[in-house]
Amino acid sequence: MIRVKDTSYQYAGGTRMVFPDFHIPKGKHGVLLGESGSGKTTLLHLIGGLLRGHEGRIEVNGVDLASLTEHGLDQYRGRHFGFIFQKNHLIASLTVEQNLLAAPFFAELPQQEEQVDALLAELGLEGKRHARVQELSHGQAQRVAIARALINKSALILADEPTSALDDRNCDKVIRLLMEATTSHGATLVVATHDQRLKSVLPVAVQLEAHT
Amino acid sequence: MNLIILAWSYLKSRPLTTVLNVVLLALGTGVITLLILFGNQLEEKITANAKGVDLVVGAKGSPMQLILCSVFHIDFPTGNINLKEAERIARHPLVKKAIPMALGDSYRGFRIVGTRRDYAELYAAELAEGKWWEQHLEVAIGATVARQLGLKLGDEFVSAHGLAEDGHDHEAHHYKVVGIVKPGGTVLDNLILTNVQSIWLAHDLEVGPAGNAAPSNLVPGHLAGDSSREVTSLLVQYRNPLAVIQLPRFINQQSSMQAAAPAYETARLFSILGVGADVLRGFALVLILVSGLSIFLVLYNSMKERRYDLAIMRSMGAGRGKLFTAVVLEGTFLTALGTVSGLALGHAVVWIFAATVPQAAASGIQGGVWYVAETWVLGGSLVLGVICSLVPALQAYKTDIHTVLAGN
Ligand SMILES: Nc1ncnc2c1ncn2[C@@H]1O[C@H](COP(=O)(O)OP(=O)(O)OP(=O)(O)O)[C@@H](O)[C@H]1O
Ligand SMILES: [Mg+2]
Repeated sequence: MIRVKDTSYQYAGGTRMVFPDFHIPKGKHGVLLGESGSGKTTLLHLIGGLLRGHEGRIEVNGVDLASLTEHGLDQYRGRHFGFIFQKNHLIASLTVEQNLLAAPFFAELPQQEEQVDALLAELGLEGKRHARVQELSHGQAQRVAIARALINKSALILADEPTSALDDRNCDKVIRLLMEATTSHGATLVVATHDQRLKSVLPVAVQLEAHT
Repeated sequence: MNLIILAWSYLKSRPLTTVLNVVLLALGTGVITLLILFGNQLEEKITANAKGVDLVVGAKGSPMQLILCSVFHIDFPTGNINLKEAERIARHPLVKKAIPMALGDSYRGFRIVGTRRDYAELYAAELAEGKWWEQHLEVAIGATVARQLGLKLGDEFVSAHGLAEDGHDHEAHHYKVVGIVKPGGTVLDNLILTNVQSIWLAHDLEVGPAGNAAPSNLVPGHLAGDSSREVTSLLVQYRNPLAVIQLPRFINQQSSMQAAAPAYETARLFSILGVGADVLRGFALVLILVSGLSIFLVLYNSMKERRYDLAIMRSMGAGRGKLFTAVVLEGTFLTALGTVSGLALGHAVVWIFAATVPQAAASGIQGGVWYVAETWVLGGSLVLGVICSLVPALQAYKTDIHTVLAGN
């Protein structure tokens, strides 16, 4: 699913970050671990096509991301990746349903109401279809964000620090929910986190070295 | 989900600023619409009413007043002119046609005009009912007169001296309605037409048949050269372009009368009114510019609040172009909303004005007409909307997904 080889990245004016070679097979959820500043977010964004300009080779589903044009990358991102962030980043002016349908709209995929129904039911959000984002609890908002990441049937769900702000009980709940949901949709989950609690939970762990 | 829903949701998410911007723009475009509606209709009415009248000859005084009184029937007469002298003008070789006007009386606020039938022909007026006047004291009334006073064929009335509703009555003579003129959108709609002799009769002056004496070229049925009779003015048509220069000069220098050209006086009137209109237009443009600036600021500021939204949209596959379009759409939406409200407001004000102010109704001004210039207002505001949203849209275009989303 994801293959990273001889990859490094350098921010303008920063030192070069070298990433370890690794492979995350389809269906095996993985975690990118490392201290703050080790480049987890950078690597996750490189894999997700949110950031360009790396050296080396990052392959997703057999496609070398560097070979895509900007427009091609936009499309690829929309159709193959779902993103989850520490904050939910739902679009506050839209309803829950509109937030979900925004994903297929921007990915230029058909907008299917049944999928909205199914996802809301699956994540226990049946009554919230027309709710405004501000009316949701934090947990509900996070589940909407998960639903949004899943709705396009993306092969890969990339999550950046989804649990860092949570206590142990909630951390466990959220990561289980994420894993269950991605598994049931046939997607592969990759989490970037400094949260060592996740190390034992996800099958593949990639440790990033600190860069100074 | 589509870009329109998205743009609309953002407008709805800040109702106060949206309403403020819409109101601001609506006021600006509303005033412009008002000016367009009034200006155009006024000009149309004025041209329609002055049509076919090259020169007005009347007693000395203000030329503007003479025109306003004899052509538009809004001001008071400058005085009267001697029939014999008027006949001399009518005989002048440069005059193709001269129509006498005897003014000064009215019935319940509507003016009675003693004239000839070719006065009605100037406006190609047709009768809706009855016939044109034949005998003295027979009148044909305008459509508005008939409607507002409820006058029917065969009704009789006495005229009042003066043009206000409370002048003293000429009780001895009764006018009789014999014809009702079809509405034509000109001054005729508000006039009561009769022959010149009727006005003289109402003032207890004798009118006799011409007998064997030569008949007057101005007042059919009256003897020529009667210097004891007067009319208010003459509407003159030129025989040829030479008359434009020679005739007014001849009249103004060689007679006790004055000549005034409606074309010149109305142009003067427009330039006087134009100053006021320019001030208003300038004010409206300032309003529109301020609202444009305000729309720009609102969008510009909301781009900062919206950077996560924008980055998330891009993470979902939206290209830069789509975000650009979404913001431009939002700005255009806002201006379209404001402009359409403004146009509606302008029309509504004119409509209410026409419905409540009798003078406006009498002048035939309407709220339900559409002018090409309004399309320009609409088009211009949409362009303004696009321009005001360009910079914010560019910000959206340049959203760096990584920096925004890594910064959490
Ligand atoms: N936009 C940027 N420009 C320059 N340097 C950056 C930028 N973003 C990150 N860096 C630097 O790159 C390194 C890796 O940052 P990154 O955000 O990937 O770390 P991280 O492992 O996700 O850290 P954390 O656990 O704190 O989220 C850090 O040293 C950071 O200062
Ligand atoms: Mg990070």
